[in-house]
Amino acid sequence: MKTARALVVAAVVIGLGVLLAKLRVNPYIYFAGYVVLQYVVIATAWNVLGGYAGYVNFGTPAFFALGAYTSIALIEAFHAPLPVLILCGGLVTALLGLGIGYLTLRLKGVFFSIATFALSVVVQTLIINWDYVGGAKGYTLIRPPAPFFGNWGVLLFTLMVTLAVVTVLVARTIERSWIGRGLAALRDNEEAAECMGVPTLRLKLFATTLSGFFLGVAGAPFPYYVTYVEPASTFDLNYAVNALAMPMIGGTTTWLGPVIGAILLGTAQQIATVTISSELNLLIVGVVLVLFVVLAPEGLLGLARKLRR
Amino acid sequence: MAGTLLEIDSVSKRFGGFLALDRVTIQVGAGERLGLIGPNGSGKTTLINCVSGALPTDGGRILFEGRDITRLPAHQRTRLGIVRSFQIPKPFGSMSVLDNLGIPLEYAAHTRSSEAGPGAHEILQMIGLDAKAALRPAGLTQIEMRKLELARAMAARPKLLISDEAMAGLSSAEVDDILAILFRLNEQGITIIMIEHIMRAVMRFSERVVVLDAGNRIAEGTPAEIVRNPAVEKAYLGE
Repeated sequence: MKTARALVVAAVVIGLGVLLAKLRVNPYIYFAGYVVLQYVVIATAWNVLGGYAGYVNFGTPAFFALGAYTSIALIEAFHAPLPVLILCGGLVTALLGLGIGYLTLRLKGVFFSIATFALSVVVQTLIINWDYVGGAKGYTLIRPPAPFFGNWGVLLFTLMVTLAVVTVLVARTIERSWIGRGLAALRDNEEAAECMGVPTLRLKLFATTLSGFFLGVAGAPFPYYVTYVEPASTFDLNYAVNALAMPMIGGTTTWLGPVIGAILLGTAQQIATVTISSELNLLIVGVVLVLFVVLAPEGLLGLARKLRR
Repeated sequence: MAGTLLEIDSVSKRFGGFLALDRVTIQVGAGERLGLIGPNGSGKTTLINCVSGALPTDGGRILFEGRDITRLPAHQRTRLGIVRSFQIPKPFGSMSVLDNLGIPLEYAAHTRSSEAGPGAHEILQMIGLDAKAALRPAGLTQIEMRKLELARAMAARPKLLISDEAMAGLSSAEVDDILAILFRLNEQGITIIMIEHIMRAVMRFSERVVVLDAGNRIAEGTPAEIVRNPAVEKAYLGE
């Protein structure tokens, strides 16, 4: 797919989102759609580091929640508008990403993953003890009237469509550039990549920062979505597991993998939540993830490639 | 000998309490074929790790074309023209053989000069891997894997090629095959440091041989001199 065509597709997707928003279907569709699209952003952002560079980040909750809590702090301090929240949420978590980028100097493989998991616990502890953003008892946001569409559910849905499209476009651009090729080389063998002229540290820092940015962007509108934010659910393990499971199910080496994974798994979880039980959706992720790791380690895209051959 | 290309000036390397390299000094002339030998654990691979930038040194200097590169990260040394191949092949497993060469072409060769050198296809042709260009490395045989390792190093357009045991475990005919490639590269003006345990290969290839033992340089000379050197005999066989 050429760049021009990708942009057309992106515009069409956003257009369809706006159209769906105008149609005013069952409000639950917007509510559930937001979560699925939020996972498209999360899975795609995670995959820039986890799939392209091969560094598995278990600290997704830290990034997502820090994006959300940056918003709360800015709302509390300046009543900052939504676009500012999204940008600032992303920038703060980009800095956190840069920080974990330097961890890669000393930590590889599973040790890096453990460190990012620990990071999530550390950030959660800090937030629990920070009363300004609600601390352990949480923060209740009273939403002003929605500026567009006259309805927050519809507005946030449209916003998330746009964010998802932008994230995917950026990930796709990186994947096809010299940066993507360098990241693939260091994923395959970091030492060999460095010896072939690839500036591995700089590329890793780029990947962790960018991945961190979009994970924060996914979290920034979250306070407006739930209106009540508290640490336990914002730092939920769900985010860590889903961020990893969705790209694994779709396929980690291309931009399309996390999109497919997020839409399939995200939708399945939403359906399970309303039809079976809200507890069951994590079980679905677990079972599906085990099946894929065993039967199709390269995800659905890898499976499709194998079948075509 | 036309000018010094690489100067290793009393380089030391320590791993905890173990002194792996003890003030090793070696000069390599431009266009030279240098053999680096020594018993297992004598510090050969450590030395080239220090030269290629994979390991920081704990003393001494390394000069390349007169420039001090002691503190330069590995990828920048590659861009200057110091390229190594690995003892155990480390291909990029998710890419085709052709794309494996694309990485050094894009990241090393083209950063130094824009002039068109040999492309990936030409290198594969020269090394005899062109039929396998579309395969993933997992589908290659042992010798093809070694050839890929060399081909990828060539794609970085080296001035100095360090070949770390490129022939270990290969049959006699295959060793000749690799030797022929290295001779051809040297004819194109590439300086080569060969680390090898296969004496037949090192002695035939090298113009000069340096012997390391327990982190010290114990001998240097033409292959014929090295074979007769009593210190070398002692290092390999004991007393």
